[in-house]
Amino acid sequence: MGMGDSMTTCTIMITSTDGTEIEAYLAQPDEPSSRGGVVVIHHMPGYDRGTKEIVRRIAELGYDAIMPNLYWREAPGSAPDDAAAAARANGGVPDERLVADVTGAAAFLRGLGSSNGKVATIGHCSGGRQSVLVACNADIDAAVDCYGAYVTGVVPEGWPLKITALNDQLPNLRCPVLGLFGNDDQYPTPEHVDEFEEILKAHGKTYEFHRYDGAGHAFFANDRPSYRVEAANDGWQRIAAFFRAHLGA
Amino acid sequence: MCTYTTIQTAVDGSAKGAGGTWLHVDQATVYFDHPVHASAEHTLNIDLADPAKGPSARVAIELTAASARALVQAINEALAVVPAELAV
Repeated sequence: MGMGDSMTTCTIMITSTDGTEIEAYLAQPDEPSSRGGVVVIHHMPGYDRGTKEIVRRIAELGYDAIMPNLYWREAPGSAPDDAAAAARANGGVPDERLVADVTGAAAFLRGLGSSNGKVATIGHCSGGRQSVLVACNADIDAAVDCYGAYVTGVVPEGWPLKITALNDQLPNLRCPVLGLFGNDDQYPTPEHVDEFEEILKAHGKTYEFHRYDGAGHAFFANDRPSYRVEAANDGWQRIAAFFRAHLGA
Repeated sequence: MCTYTTIQTAVDGSAKGAGGTWLHVDQATVYFDHPVHASAEHTLNIDLADPAKGPSARVAIELTAASARALVQAINEALAVVPAELAV
């Protein structure tokens, strides 16, 4: 945990591992230290103010935090809602591209002078699934999944969005996972979370799940009717403890 | 929930967009998911767009499920009373 809450934020360009330059939002504690980094994977509504607040809160916890703009290719410089609409109309973000962008962001964090080499991912909603996806395919030290739909379960056929469930990839998971879920959620349902947990257990993976009664999807979203203060406050404490445990030197 | 449900159809017409500018639209993307602005957890969202003009060439609508159904009914009722030779 950082001793001070002074930080510096900026918008920069980083390089995806596929070679594409994309925009990213970076927040760094001002206090000199050797510390871990966190890649924040924005939700489907995009590279928005709410997710930038999450980036800053993670910097306040004492970590270098970065959010790549996953829609930069479709909509450079556009308003987040327009960019999200363009990306959706275009079929969403393909998994391979997502992994490349997040891996590029992780490499950027590891290249900072303040880095201790450890990097985690965190995402909410679609970003939750993508956080797990990255943890199955890249060198990440810890992953947080906040109510990501279609980690397990069956994606209906014929949808234009390029997503698949991750059941087949979970055996390749390379790092501990923290999962935070609302018991009233329909995507993922508690049964989807059960299935996720059973696969992790069967393969001897390290995980920590917390499930909240009286909370549905997006209970962290403090600008939405779905916000549930008790679940969100407890969830933030779990996230802080998880990062302390896995991002230390 | 985050349904990912997305349906797309070609359209042909115009819409009044940001800054009061009319634009030709040729794509409608329809989805039931989190709204950006409407005060509901989920809404039926429609983007009427001209993708060739870039991401901001878009008119966005977010309706509660009940009001979206009412809109569909109103559209169908309006089209039903139009003489067939005019409704092309």
